[in-house]
Amino acid sequence: MANTTEQSEQFPTSQKPAISVRGVTVRLAGDSGDGMQLLGSQLTNTSALAGNDVATFPDFPAEIRAPRGTRAGVSGFQVQFSSDEIFTPGDGLDALVVMNPAAMVTNIGDLKDGGILIVNTDSFDKKDLKLAALDKNPLEDENLSEKYRVIRVSMTKLTRGAVEELGLSPKVADRCKNFFAMGLVFWLYGRDIEPTLRFIDAKFKGKPEIADANHRALKAGWNYGETTEDFASTFSVPAAKLGPGTYRNIMGNQALAIGLITASKLSDKPLFLGTYPITPASDVLHELSKYKSYGVRTFQAEDEIAAVCSAIGASFGGSMAVTTSSGPGIALKGEGIGLAIIMELPLIVIDIQRGGPSTGLPTKTEQSDLLQAMFGRNGESPMPVIAASSPSDCFDVAIEAWRIATRFMTPVMLMSDGYIANGAEPWKIPDVASLERIVVKHPAGDSSGEQYKPYERDAMLARPWALPGTEGLMHRLGGLEKQDGTGNVSYDPENHEHMTRTRAQKVANVAEVIDDIEVYGNNSGKLLVVSWGGPFGACRTAVDQCLAEGHDVSHVHLRWLNPFPKNLGDVLSSFERVLVPELNSGQLRMLLRSQFLIDIDGLNKVQGKPFAVSEIIEKIKSYA
Amino acid sequence: MSVELPVLKPGDFASDQDVRWCPGCGDYSILAQMKKMLPTLGISREQTVFISGIGCSSRFPYYMNTYGLHSIHGRAPAFATGLKSTRPDLSVWVITGDGDGLSIGGNHLLHAIRRNIDINIILFNNSIYGLTKGQYSPTSAVGKITKSTPAGSIDHPLRPLTVAIAAEATFVARSVDFHIKHLGETLKKAAEHRGTSFVEVYQNCNVFNDGQWSYMTDKETKDDNVLVLEAGKPMVFGKDGNKGLRLNGFQPQVVEIGKDCELDEILVHDPTVADPTTAFLLTRLQYPRFPEPIGVIRDVDRPTYDFMINDQIEAAVESSGEGNLQDLFTRGDTWTVD
Repeated sequence: MANTTEQSEQFPTSQKPAISVRGVTVRLAGDSGDGMQLLGSQLTNTSALAGNDVATFPDFPAEIRAPRGTRAGVSGFQVQFSSDEIFTPGDGLDALVVMNPAAMVTNIGDLKDGGILIVNTDSFDKKDLKLAALDKNPLEDENLSEKYRVIRVSMTKLTRGAVEELGLSPKVADRCKNFFAMGLVFWLYGRDIEPTLRFIDAKFKGKPEIADANHRALKAGWNYGETTEDFASTFSVPAAKLGPGTYRNIMGNQALAIGLITASKLSDKPLFLGTYPITPASDVLHELSKYKSYGVRTFQAEDEIAAVCSAIGASFGGSMAVTTSSGPGIALKGEGIGLAIIMELPLIVIDIQRGGPSTGLPTKTEQSDLLQAMFGRNGESPMPVIAASSPSDCFDVAIEAWRIATRFMTPVMLMSDGYIANGAEPWKIPDVASLERIVVKHPAGDSSGEQYKPYERDAMLARPWALPGTEGLMHRLGGLEKQDGTGNVSYDPENHEHMTRTRAQKVANVAEVIDDIEVYGNNSGKLLVVSWGGPFGACRTAVDQCLAEGHDVSHVHLRWLNPFPKNLGDVLSSFERVLVPELNSGQLRMLLRSQFLIDIDGLNKVQGKPFAVSEIIEKIKSYA
Repeated sequence: MSVELPVLKPGDFASDQDVRWCPGCGDYSILAQMKKMLPTLGISREQTVFISGIGCSSRFPYYMNTYGLHSIHGRAPAFATGLKSTRPDLSVWVITGDGDGLSIGGNHLLHAIRRNIDINIILFNNSIYGLTKGQYSPTSAVGKITKSTPAGSIDHPLRPLTVAIAAEATFVARSVDFHIKHLGETLKKAAEHRGTSFVEVYQNCNVFNDGQWSYMTDKETKDDNVLVLEAGKPMVFGKDGNKGLRLNGFQPQVVEIGKDCELDEILVHDPTVADPTTAFLLTRLQYPRFPEPIGVIRDVDRPTYDFMINDQIEAAVESSGEGNLQDLFTRGDTWTVD
């Protein structure tokens, strides 16, 4: 059931004065077992419910439980909540909560001068320091208090005290300390604790004792802020002026799952997901497997290859077929995708990118699969490529990908990345009635006895989608080259060239139905920033700031990478310089240069981290 | 409501494509028996789908006037799984070979079988790579001289039926291209089984591995080397019908009935036994020490994957109603801006 909240007042209400600020960036960092991701998602949800615009950046190690207390095991969650419209989780931190020394030394560099540092002092003993490979206690650094507002809290002890009456074991009691930290942060930023109390009740439904303990820890953290002298005031972040409508907070992979189900309903085609677990794509499987009452069939295959092949089998049968993965899995699916291309069956292939090559950086973000999406198959095998720009945009691109896949009878590659997949932002819930239907036609049965021609094409060069079970339309699809029209195996040299060009032209025809690119800022000028995928937010924010400071800069963001929008060449040539910031070594830049013969600059970062807005601003200003 | 189906003839299942296997290939026999058997099932051509991978056998779908997929090497069971899971109304056949099914596609074969998806997998075993012109396969014997093993193969071979039993198969059978009547009957039994039916067909490649199964097909030797399994019948074989299979502890033994023992000591075949031990044992019988069994080795019931995946959906719809988008969008906490 949905809980609809009007923008709520803080509960309980603090008696201390509140300083109103436009926005805040907070990072919560601790051991991977400390529950930082949970804390972060609660803070995000609560802030969204308070009407703020939010953007998040969860950052966690690839190991499920890296050695406790070590730097490798540090898990972080960054959230920016604001009264302005925001597109990124923020650059510098206004506040940093650290649960141990490893978390402190790996994150403190991002805390702004004068920022608030909240420390759990109970985990800074000799052993903790050794685990973090520190010779001396960083809390004893004399400059610390000069540089930051340091709040030392004995969180473990205070939490134990708060739950003492319940008689829990110290181990269980200590697990509640993230809720203590949460209570303190909620107090500091005037967040409502009600939604989190509800969350605790739901999460620990069968364990009332644990639920009770977490309630107490949360309230104890809140009370700590209210009663101690550490803080003279709280901060308040007024609601953002988001457009009218009903909103919910949504993560990228969630939005993707919901978008896929929506596309399934809009096209009246049952959704089949053939997939294999891989970070950071598995959550799409987890989400979709919940929605059986929506007719969603999820198949966890034996491997990536079986995953794509099962989806193609389902597509042949008339389902909305989807396969999800990340870079390494997409590499394995290559042959299967090529088969879908030559069989000309609709399919959505979702690549939620991570650092590569090979296993690379499974939990870190990167945009280095663009060329794989474009060319990572044998033979000449073009396919449309679409990329999401933010968590909520995943909803829209999922629908658009299926619209194109069915209209053109082609697999479509949908690109997301770890940053978008795990990031969250408010999503304005669309009006169901306003969503455009996806019209899919299947040829009707034929009892004339004439041989059916599965490769007869329409004006866009798409072939018909004839389904097994239809009388008289029996036909065989396969990986051998087809004779156009009949679909029979053909080794004819002229036909092969004709078919190769036809498949390419069909994909090029997608440009006829997609939107032209819109320029943000002036339509011509000195510098154009071109982005795709996850860097949208950082680029838009940077361009906004530079425009406000009077710089001559514009921005376009590409949703379709193949084909490019028809007006893109004209747009690019209307600017003196073009800059493409990408989290790779220049893959979109390579495509743009080769297609448009325009010199293009790159801003390239391959650190497994998203762009900071400041990095892009600095680059833009270097053109002045 | 029953719909009168037109009576189909074998020729109705032939596509308009020329069959391009080598003259004398065992595949012709399997194709002929399939076309002859299909009309007896009462399933229309449009409800029938043949899916294959890559190899000589995998050209099969092109020659059938049904729906078909000639897919990629080794992956046919995965395509079939996706299709059957979403279209349980279709009759789905997978045609594969010893290279396609056991080498590159070994993984998919195992998993399709263990899931017990309701498809029929026919593995043409000729113990050689034919389409790539004569390399040894996963069922070639140690020492086999081929283009890629001039000094003899050093790979220990797999036994397809043993693999199927190990993968929790519910239906396992074997036939021989040469024994056409038996082959047709075996294909029909495979079609009638609910769940994955796995059939190994000994198939002669007369170009690259001629005579591989001659001990099973030659007039002089076949009776002594073929054990025809029939449910409820003792496992008796031999030219004079006086040889039988007896268990000595866990070891099978060939005995002469009337001399070594009486008929009542001979193993009686029961493919429906839940425990796969005897079925496993039968898959291990190998020429020349033993006769090799043909017929249905195992035929047991287990819920099929396609039934269960659809059943879960029906159950979810029944318990919470068919999902609508408005509910989907507004799950969890929402807030409204005026």
